[in-house]
Amino acid sequence: MGGPEVERLIGLLAKLPGLGPRSARRAALKLLQQPEARMLPLATALTEAARAVRPCRLCGNLDSHDPCGICGDPNRDRTLICVVEGVGDLWAIERAGAHRGLYHVLGGTLSPLGGVGPEDLSVTPLLRRLGEGEAREVILALGATVDGAATAHWLADRLAASAVVVSRVAQGVPIGGALEVLDDGTLSTALRARRPA
Amino acid sequence: MEWEAPGIVLETRPYGEGDLIVATFTASHGAHSGLARGGASRGRVALWQIGNLVSLRWVGRLPEQLGSLTGEMIQAIAPGAMEDAMSLGLLRAVCAVAAGALPEREPHPPSFAALLHLLPRIAANVATAGDLARFELVLLADLGYGLDLASCAVSGETEGLALVSPRTGRAVTEAAAGVWRGRMLPLPAFLRDEALPGNAADWRDGLRLTGHFLERDAFGHHHRPLPEARRHLYQMLEARLAASG
Repeated sequence: MGGPEVERLIGLLAKLPGLGPRSARRAALKLLQQPEARMLPLATALTEAARAVRPCRLCGNLDSHDPCGICGDPNRDRTLICVVEGVGDLWAIERAGAHRGLYHVLGGTLSPLGGVGPEDLSVTPLLRRLGEGEAREVILALGATVDGAATAHWLADRLAASAVVVSRVAQGVPIGGALEVLDDGTLSTALRARRPA
Repeated sequence: MEWEAPGIVLETRPYGEGDLIVATFTASHGAHSGLARGGASRGRVALWQIGNLVSLRWVGRLPEQLGSLTGEMIQAIAPGAMEDAMSLGLLRAVCAVAAGALPEREPHPPSFAALLHLLPRIAANVATAGDLARFELVLLADLGYGLDLASCAVSGETEGLALVSPRTGRAVTEAAAGVWRGRMLPLPAFLRDEALPGNAADWRDGLRLTGHFLERDAFGHHHRPLPEARRHLYQMLEARLAASG
């Protein structure tokens, strides 16, 4: 069907997150039907991104500049470092525009079952950054899962000896969330973390 | 083939992009795994956190297949344990020990009952490492590796039992241990008397005792070490003891 080039294209697209063989076939067809308008610009963008984008040597963000745009921004609050699990989390917080400090991408969470130990995470670079003295607070913005919480506790222990304040993002009722449809865990956590009105 | 039963989530492994292979523990079916389709998705990931008590439904074409699991939350345990490092350590340790030690698809009601008793205490942040040691004693007995802590192996005395032979798993008194005392494992009193809460040093001794037999018998027979989460909990307890002087 369409020759080996098409099969290879479909095979590669099907490996992307969110795409299975069927949706990869649809995407490939769309690209092949408009090669000038869609396929060649996409190929150029992929090539340029693959050549230019690298992990930032300071925070681990993906950017075409090193240090990345966030680390290199003089208007950022350099006393605040938000520790996130992955680049996707960093981008999510940036989208929200709620954090004006710096970031540190940990590269995962501790998972004995998955074979992820402390040596597999970007902890030493974080400690080195903290040792350089500008940071006053580290915000642990890790997932609300057992592995995320275990990693946060472990990191908080490691950072306890340093001079920085260690905080964690809150958990609770999401904006627009009706209480009756919330899961038990979120509800009980929100109630425990209540604050004066 | 299908069954429905309340069960405890013991372990999850990612499978593909959004699925999970979930190891559960039920009273009637024992440790039982299955594929939870979409289990890692945003809407379902909270359900499949370890320790949670879930109303499970397993479906497979043949009984020996992995099959697929669906579930509805009965009691969320994990969120309560996440805020406290010791509770989280206990939760991870107890689930890892149960997942590693229990044979697949073999009912073990006493272990299930003991775990069901322990998990809400962990979620309420009132469980101690001593409670984990007590659970491990039940688990060892349930698996056929029970320790004999009722009377002294040498003299038959039922009072003053303070040590356990690391070879036979039988309790002895200080006097009966004689020259072998240095080779014996300490037997903290709270393991013989439910009414005694014990202290941190007792809990450490209790975990050392049960850990020895779990490692040798329950895990050793499968040529596996004690789970990392269990070892980490012991180290955390030792570090806290050292810090408190």
